[in-house]
Amino acid sequence: MPAHLSARLCSLALSFFLIAFALPALAGPFEDAVAKFANDDYSDTDEAIGVVASSGNPLAFPIISALQDGRLMADPDSKKVYVTGTDGKSIDAVTGQPVATVPDSASAVRLNNRLRRSVDAAIGSLTLQSPDVGTRLQAAQSVFKSHEETALEAVDGALAKETNKSVKAALGDARAAILLFKPDATEVEKLEAVATLKARGDQEALALLTGMGDQPASVTKAAASAIGSIQNSLAIWSMVQNAWYGLSLGSVLLLAAIGLAITFGVMGVINMAHGEMVMIGAYTTFVVQEVIRTRYPGLFDYSLLIAVPLAFVVAGAIGVLIERSIIRFLYGRPLETLLATWGLSLVLQQAVRTMFGPTNREVGNPSWMSGAFELGQITITYNRLWILVFTLAVFAILLAMLRYTALGLEMRAVTQNRRMAASMGIATSRVDALTFGLGSGIAGIAGVALSQIDNVSPNLGQSYIIDSFMVVVFGGVGNLWGTLVGAFTLGIANKFLEPVAGAVLGKIAILVLIILFIQKRPRGLFALKGRAVEA
Amino acid sequence: MTPHMLTRSLDRSATIFLAVVAACGILIPLSNLLLPAGSFLQVPTYLVALWGKYVCYAILALSIDLIWGYCGILSLGHGAFFALGGYAMGMYLMRQIGTRGVYGNPVLPDFMVFLNYSKLPWTWYGFDMFWFAALMVLVVPGLLAFCFGWLAFRSRVTGVYLSIITQAMTYALLLAFFRNDFGFGGNNGLTDFKDILGFNVQAEGTRAALFALSCLALIAGFLICRAIVSSKLGKVLIAVRDAESRTRFLGYRVESYKLFVFTVSACMAGVAGALYVPQVGIINPSEFAPGNSIEAVIWVAVGGRGTLVGAALGAVVVNYAKTFFTSGVLAPYWLFMLGALFILVTLLLPKGIVGTFNAWWDSSKEKRAATMASAAAEDGVAEPKMAE
Repeated sequence: MPAHLSARLCSLALSFFLIAFALPALAGPFEDAVAKFANDDYSDTDEAIGVVASSGNPLAFPIISALQDGRLMADPDSKKVYVTGTDGKSIDAVTGQPVATVPDSASAVRLNNRLRRSVDAAIGSLTLQSPDVGTRLQAAQSVFKSHEETALEAVDGALAKETNKSVKAALGDARAAILLFKPDATEVEKLEAVATLKARGDQEALALLTGMGDQPASVTKAAASAIGSIQNSLAIWSMVQNAWYGLSLGSVLLLAAIGLAITFGVMGVINMAHGEMVMIGAYTTFVVQEVIRTRYPGLFDYSLLIAVPLAFVVAGAIGVLIERSIIRFLYGRPLETLLATWGLSLVLQQAVRTMFGPTNREVGNPSWMSGAFELGQITITYNRLWILVFTLAVFAILLAMLRYTALGLEMRAVTQNRRMAASMGIATSRVDALTFGLGSGIAGIAGVALSQIDNVSPNLGQSYIIDSFMVVVFGGVGNLWGTLVGAFTLGIANKFLEPVAGAVLGKIAILVLIILFIQKRPRGLFALKGRAVEA
Repeated sequence: MTPHMLTRSLDRSATIFLAVVAACGILIPLSNLLLPAGSFLQVPTYLVALWGKYVCYAILALSIDLIWGYCGILSLGHGAFFALGGYAMGMYLMRQIGTRGVYGNPVLPDFMVFLNYSKLPWTWYGFDMFWFAALMVLVVPGLLAFCFGWLAFRSRVTGVYLSIITQAMTYALLLAFFRNDFGFGGNNGLTDFKDILGFNVQAEGTRAALFALSCLALIAGFLICRAIVSSKLGKVLIAVRDAESRTRFLGYRVESYKLFVFTVSACMAGVAGALYVPQVGIINPSEFAPGNSIEAVIWVAVGGRGTLVGAALGAVVVNYAKTFFTSGVLAPYWLFMLGALFILVTLLLPKGIVGTFNAWWDSSKEKRAATMASAAAEDGVAEPKMAE
């Protein structure tokens, strides 16, 4: 969990703590209203009905219908209110938790004729026929969850008038749930209900169908087949979910590996300090956000847009500096390059540790990157989605750059035949420096994206370096498409193995598979052919 | 190994090296045990343990130099073989604890009782016997290296690719050994050892004996490496290092040579680990960390790859520096120094300390010979014809 999120959760938990212990009067309007039932005062009860009915709380419906039937018990001493169900079991009206026994001092909340009318109104119209679509939807969902048969009439009435599609569907589901549990519903009605729930096809429908109790044989049979089909569809959704997680992980891997694909793949330079370039990008984001927080708080949503080019420039400049001062003396000695850059990575890590401290630094999500939305049965968070989009954009830009710009042409020429390129007048050492700078710069902008989902600490880069090398080696050196395919294959394979084998064992399995794969295809999925191989 | 081969394989630096190690192996334990504590010449026990650790590192460095310096295989996962040897020894030591553990279970080590194991996992069978554990110290790393090398060399995975997958190997083992249900103590590793062959591991006498034994192992390892690299086999290894394809075209089965030397090297690393564990008193999964393996490679680079003596020297020098700097006020700067060492050695001192010294010695000898020869020529004595 990212640091900022856990910090937020902590503060949230803290505020709950304060509310719960110091200021009971600050409890929500729903809780206040429920407590009013215990006052045994008609006008208070009336007020409470209105508030509870419009609260959208899932307990609202059970409370009001219990009130209607004289099953709402209130204890005037403790001001606690209980809902006794038709089956004789009771729950706390505020929390919904089951209670063993209702205290003897509690008695049913009394109604007069005026109040009975307002109870009917509450059930019939206040929620299910509210002008607000959201309220109606909530009411319908609350009925679906409680599936009290007393609500059937109100649901039918609402269903007849309802024009909004999603509310109508929710009402239909609620009706089906009620009918399924209504002892005197006809078999045809129950079969229809099963079909409706089958079409709904989520965990809740599954729970209703598995817990419906004794039913006629035909209904049981239909329910069994519905359960099977719901389970199937849930299995498919969980596969879709895994695939999405896999794509998301793949995009992170691609982002981390794409710069490496340039330095290692195109130049043949093993840059063990690549992860530290990612880290530098992440710290650049931190610095940008820090400046924005203290000077221009209004710009916070644009912090990443500012950080991306800045991280590219910072990491790229450091990359060029490294190439000019270290790497260029080591061309043709890949093993020595590996050691020198490893040493460099230690130096960079320690430098960042000295400057920013060894602990995680907080990098926030801008508003357009926080939150999530539902797609079918899965939840997609905006930050993961944006990172996927961002990664693909970076990939496309890089590909276009290599294909259509003069520098890209020169880079490809130097990769394919260094001597020939030099003979054609290409300044190969300048191209080397720029290529290394480009790879490092892309690592830097990867750091901006990764700062959104990972801890920004001096060790950030190390956690990606082995994975990135695996991606590049698996995909095949010298081919960006190989890196793309490699990253997404590894990401998806990892996420599909995780539920089966567990996170760590899945990762080990992937490593072992790659080691075996390298034996089969020592130069990766998309290998260069011809003379470049021996170079 | 014939006496002739032995003498041929020992040059000046090797002789000095063996003499120094043997002297340390005899004198340090003797001084520790016989001289009164606090006396000027007495080596305190903590130093014996510390230097014992360095000697184990030196054996590990030798094993890396054998494959990297003479066969061009840069393994970034040799720490894995070291740790596996260490775990084999650690498992023996764990089973020696017996009923003296916190839970007093005669068969199960404490961590297994803690994790609700009902019986000993099969992987632990036999480790109550020293000979079996000692055999496993060689077999487990050797077998892993053999299988890994067989797959890798046969499909001609070379150079940096090999380095990267060896790193992946040790990383995978790191993750595996960190798991509690893997059955090797999880992230706490194995510790709280009591006895080795009936002797208390904490006792001064045992520590001194372990130190002497480590020196002996270093000497033995050195002689084995010397024998390998100065034999005809060694010449083929050097040929593989310098021109692998050409050697293959000449009809040598390159992969068999590589596999042999890789396996021998892994066994040596295993022995180093096995001697290391009783002296430091703990083995845990962090020994598998890829960083450790790379650090071991830099010892070799500092001392001079392809010199054997240099590898051992590099291990001792770098680790001594590490102890010295990480214990003082300079601790925050140690990683800067280590990193700079990596960079500077590869850039400025590619032959390492011993290699550079040898080159300097040889060139100064040549110079001396040349000046003497020219002086002789001026005196009018006919220069002897150089045989082609």
